[in-house]
Amino acid sequence: MIYNMEYETMPREALEAIQFKRLQATLERVYAMVPFYRNKFHEAGITPSDVRALSDLHCLPFTTKQDLRDNYPYGMFAVPMDNVVRIHASSGTTGKPTVVGYTARDIETWAELMARALASGGASRGDIIHNAYGYGLFTGGLGVHYGAEKLGASVIPISGGNTKRQIMIMKDFRPTILTCTPSYALHLGEVAQEMGVDFQGLHFKSGVFGAEPWSEEMRQEIERKLHLSAVDIYGLSEVLGPGVAVECIDAKNGLHIAEDHFIAEIIDPETGEVLPNGKRGELVFTSITKEAFPIIRYRTRDISMLHREPCICGRTHVRMSRVTGRTDDMLIIRGVNVFPSQIESVLMEMEGVEPHYQLVVDRKDNLDLLTVRVEVGEHIFSDEVRMLQTLERKISKNIKEFLGVSAKVKLVEPKTIERSEGKAKRVIDNRVL
Amino acid sequence: MRVEQISVFLENKAGRLSEVTRILSEAGVNIRALSLADTSDFGILRLIVNDNDKAKEALKRNGFTVGKTDVVAVEVGDHPGGLHKILDVLYQANVNVEYMYAFVQQSGNNAVIIFRFDNLEEAVKILTQNGIKVIDGSVLYGM
Repeated sequence: MIYNMEYETMPREALEAIQFKRLQATLERVYAMVPFYRNKFHEAGITPSDVRALSDLHCLPFTTKQDLRDNYPYGMFAVPMDNVVRIHASSGTTGKPTVVGYTARDIETWAELMARALASGGASRGDIIHNAYGYGLFTGGLGVHYGAEKLGASVIPISGGNTKRQIMIMKDFRPTILTCTPSYALHLGEVAQEMGVDFQGLHFKSGVFGAEPWSEEMRQEIERKLHLSAVDIYGLSEVLGPGVAVECIDAKNGLHIAEDHFIAEIIDPETGEVLPNGKRGELVFTSITKEAFPIIRYRTRDISMLHREPCICGRTHVRMSRVTGRTDDMLIIRGVNVFPSQIESVLMEMEGVEPHYQLVVDRKDNLDLLTVRVEVGEHIFSDEVRMLQTLERKISKNIKEFLGVSAKVKLVEPKTIERSEGKAKRVIDNRVL
Repeated sequence: MRVEQISVFLENKAGRLSEVTRILSEAGVNIRALSLADTSDFGILRLIVNDNDKAKEALKRNGFTVGKTDVVAVEVGDHPGGLHKILDVLYQANVNVEYMYAFVQQSGNNAVIIFRFDNLEEAVKILTQNGIKVIDGSVLYGM
């Protein structure tokens, strides 16, 4: 089902005219309201009036995660705090999160885009949505929630965790749409099996899964085990949250980007040059309707490509291929963004702990397991077992508090963490996607 | 009245212990007593050797993390109740034993037990006050 027929199937020419008008307004606004953008534009020798066509977008400077960090927490906001009704955050590269804000109208836009996304994934008024994305600073839970209500569906705000209880609720409340991360979907499948509950006997039609990269093979596994139709959803809090792009259940071939609200580009991550359609590179987003936290040419670090061929579903919006990787070393563990540098700062803050560490990620029973290997130097070594075990627990606790992700800490002998060309190999990702 | 013990961090995997004994053997170091504490992930090897500096140097050169701790060597009557008498004295005095292990050589007709206390001074005082013989490192290394 198409939620907003007018905008989602708008002829390209009309759509691009709207995009340009909205882009101009956004540029004028950030130039006037956000010193960061004004300075950046000055440095580049550009004013908003120099952008005379959509194709001039590539003249504007990029915005990076580092820029957001430099302006922590509210420096990138383009409205007074009086107008901000919601704040979300995602983890940053070195501890401090990236903070984003929403006006009442932004929340309305987000709800609209999530309503479109859920409809695109097969939901409509009358459906019961089992929303197992985490509620909180993470945009997943509340993003889906508002979209579901906007759509007129009934939403079960179950959030993450307590899997056995979730299965019981699925049996009793009879939800028809499942929303969660793809790895949690598979985990639900396994726990249900252990409990003797067959998904075939439940009432799901489809599921909208995202917040972490997954593969076509994983889709097939989810569809087979959970007896539902699985679509991929994409979003990031810096741009909006979930709902930036979503697959249609008709084609399941690429995610339609909500182009009446965002302009997407693919660039060469090395040179910054814009790449043509069908070429793989880094996704860059510009928001053109957001009020509280507009963003210009944001480098997502996600690798994808754009397809402009018409889709069988009738939507005219460009499609991005599923994200196949990152241009940096960010890991997504159980939906939480983790940078090795964050773990490093946790370790460095602990007395005597040396920055010789390695992250090992495995997937067991469809759940991500993070092990942090830490080399034992003389400063932390003790002849008593309990002292070392206390240290392991303390590191683990600090990582959990700081990053919000559970990690098992394993102490290892010095020099056992592989060093290639003098540089330690920080991440071993054993997950098969 | 104290004995120096060295401890070595070991990952719980095949060949690590024999690597330590190989290094010590090549360095001409004689192991007088040892104890291995282990968890599922790692182990701590504690050693009394005849030449601490040489052992420590050789192990560190080979990339091991080595620590040094003072422990106490105590003469224990080699008969039923011998060890109990000592532990009872410590218990009555509220001295906590972190861990202990046996020394290979006997001292006369007595056994020798190595004790690790959290409060070494206090423990030695209590033991000697109760007429229990504590062996000094210089004597022990040569035994």
